Amino acid sequence: MARPPEDRILLLGNEAIAHALLENGCRVASSYPGTPASEILSALAKLRKERGVEMHAEWAVNEKVAFEIAFTGSLTGLRAAVSMKQVGLSVASDPLMSAAYLGVKGGFLVISADDPGPHSSQTEQDSRLLAMMARIPVLDPSSPAHARELVAAGYELSELFEVPVMLRPTTRVCHACQDLPPGKVLPFPREADFRKSTARWAATPAFRYELHRKLDEKLAAIAAWPRTAPFRANPEAAGPKAVVASGVAAAHAREILREAGLWDRLPLYHVVQPYPVHSEFVSRLLSSHEEILVLEETTGVIEMQLLDRRRVRGKLTGAVPEAGELLPEIIAEAIATFAGTGADTARARDPERGGRRPTLCPGCPHRSSFYAIRKAAPDGIYPSDIGCYTLGMNLGGVDTVLCMGASVSQAAGFYQAYRLSGKQVDIVATIGDSTFFHAGVPALIDAVVQEARFVLVILDNATTAMTGFQPTPATGKTAAGEPAGSVDMEALVRACGIGFCKAGTPSRLPEFIGLLREAVAYSHAKGPAVVIAREPCVMDRSQADRLPAPVNVFIDETCNGCRYCTTRFECPALLYDEEGKRVAIDGLLCTGCGVCLHVCPLGAIREAPPEGKAP
Amino acid sequence: MERQQIVVSGLGGQGVLFVARLLADAAIRKGAGVLTSETHGMAQRGGVVVAHLKVGDFESPLVRESRADGLLVLSAENFRLHRRFLAPSGWAVVNAPPGGLTGGSSRVCAIDADGLAKEFGNLHAINLVLLGYALSGPAGVEEESPLFCSAEEIREVLRRRMEGKEKLLDASLAALALGMKHGKR
Ligand code: SF4
Ligand code: SF4
Repeated sequence: MARPPEDRILLLGNEAIAHALLENGCRVASSYPGTPASEILSALAKLRKERGVEMHAEWAVNEKVAFEIAFTGSLTGLRAAVSMKQVGLSVASDPLMSAAYLGVKGGFLVISADDPGPHSSQTEQDSRLLAMMARIPVLDPSSPAHARELVAAGYELSELFEVPVMLRPTTRVCHACQDLPPGKVLPFPREADFRKSTARWAATPAFRYELHRKLDEKLAAIAAWPRTAPFRANPEAAGPKAVVASGVAAAHAREILREAGLWDRLPLYHVVQPYPVHSEFVSRLLSSHEEILVLEETTGVIEMQLLDRRRVRGKLTGAVPEAGELLPEIIAEAIATFAGTGADTARARDPERGGRRPTLCPGCPHRSSFYAIRKAAPDGIYPSDIGCYTLGMNLGGVDTVLCMGASVSQAAGFYQAYRLSGKQVDIVATIGDSTFFHAGVPALIDAVVQEARFVLVILDNATTAMTGFQPTPATGKTAAGEPAGSVDMEALVRACGIGFCKAGTPSRLPEFIGLLREAVAYSHAKGPAVVIAREPCVMDRSQADRLPAPVNVFIDETCNGCRYCTTRFECPALLYDEEGKRVAIDGLLCTGCGVCLHVCPLGAIREAPPEGKAP
Repeated sequence: MERQQIVVSGLGGQGVLFVARLLADAAIRKGAGVLTSETHGMAQRGGVVVAHLKVGDFESPLVRESRADGLLVLSAENFRLHRRFLAPSGWAVVNAPPGGLTGGSSRVCAIDADGLAKEFGNLHAINLVLLGYALSGPAGVEEESPLFCSAEEIREVLRRRMEGKEKLLDASLAALALGMKHGKR
């Protein structure tokens, strides 16, 4: 059916969520960037500016802080939201567990974006399990349009029961685009009005027991709230078997049932609130169907709540794979097997893998940093962290990646373990500027106190590059690009108790290698040393004026095709020509950073005079 | 309005998402429903980027294997990776150097968009050169335009998106025209 084009705009799932937050009166929003959640707050900050809405939208230093700011906004009666990726929710899990007991005043949404696959995360963890652990309701949108509806439902639910509500989109909702009607931002007159109640907002353990009991009562009532109840996608279908699906798996299942001719034969229930699953639905489902297939991402959360285990097929029975994204091909096969219609098309194993591996951009200052680290400490151990620079593993400069901020504590861990064995080893850790502020600072304080001996290189490109160039605490800009306060990184490092803190420019390679050698020597003699590798990200347009003038590089005939530069330095602009058995420079990719001039062992990469052409 | 499923594939920085969004806008202007699925994050650093586009009354944002009506491939090496999406009767337009595409059927055609964009002096134009070529109904693909929309509809989308950015608009329209010229039989 035709949809009038003037009433539709194309919105990314995350933008749809941002629109919905504004449309539903959200006044305090906070986040820490992470794929696939980042665009929620950036879109909100932009919209707020465009529409002239008075609200606070911030990039917080980490997810725990982000959570606490938004939660407190809700205590004053304003509507609030915090957004992050699933591993960020782990960081914010401490306030989450407690906030569930205390409850809220203004509607409070905890938006945690999961990444089944995983496409760009350390884990495939299911945020709905944390909602279960905290005992708060969670809503599972199946499309951008659905996410927008669930923001409205979530706020209503949150205020009705005074409870934080989790919205759990997945990558396929966050990064799907859909045609949607542009919404209206209506006035939402509310003023901050914090009503003191120490028994609640500062509850001691005795009161917490009461709060726990109250929370259980709320949950029982939420499991009967009509607005988020499961619904039948195909009310005409009847049969002994039924499919239960939530999130984007429900969207896939709808299409697959139609295509497979099962739409009129196989009842499909769409669960919107996977925890707590509506109790009446559970008993009706189990009494009216003999066999039930559950399709959900990533863990069997709905499945666990269907108590008659003999009739339920899903993740726990192996009917649906536990690891990896539930791609439509996998769902089609599971449904075909379940319905007994014979296998659909063969499913692809590992379909999205393969192809070219990602690499640091041409001219990226991190490439110089990693190259320099391997020169200065060739036999070192290199703990690293989460960001673009994780790709330094292509350059042999990254040995470990655990979670945000762990590079610093892992460096300390390596030092202590080797010390016990009486061995001295060079340890050079790398961490991005944003990650350092997020979770690196406490670990650095610990290293000072424990006298751990390593070098920490803070890769300071003045932005959060991997997630789309959000400001860091040192940038001095708000989420909407207005002036904000800023933190002096060197002063912070020194205040942690670090005696050696020097900044250098990684693209000035010989000098920078010298600085790292100095830092390594210091670390063995005295204690932890910090080197700040300071150079702007070449992709961040807001810093373009800080980039040095490009150098015109060319490769002369003495290149013998040893490929040292393409393997050890791996700039995408350096290409090995199989026929000519030599390396050439791709002039369109090359940014003219000039670092490769110092890399070729034969000196075959040379600088041409600025106006002159390569001979 | 006919339903159509398209997969756009390429490498980070080639403008895969831009092409998918242009097509999505064109679908909206025709009054059709549209759902896309995009790759963001790590893959943007030169890795594989793929966008799924479904025009019509769909509900899932992903194209299933062997269901795509068409494939737009901005980097020849990805054809091997993503041709599994193509329906047996589907068409593919692939950016490949002359002689650089093997295993194609009659409805698979190649254009050296890299070479053309280089001549044109703008490597960022590969995506529009390839799209222009596909819109022209290149040899091997029988229809005028195998896509659900016409070249004029894409031009209109570009004009709306680039309002006030005349230089960018002119360059984009020129890149589109360059691709179309090479598609003319
Ligand atoms: S986006 Fe910036 S930091 Fe990330 S790889 Fe590219 S140049 Fe380096
Ligand atoms: S100057 Fe050398 S290192 Fe820098 S971008 Fe060009 S080829 Fe790469």
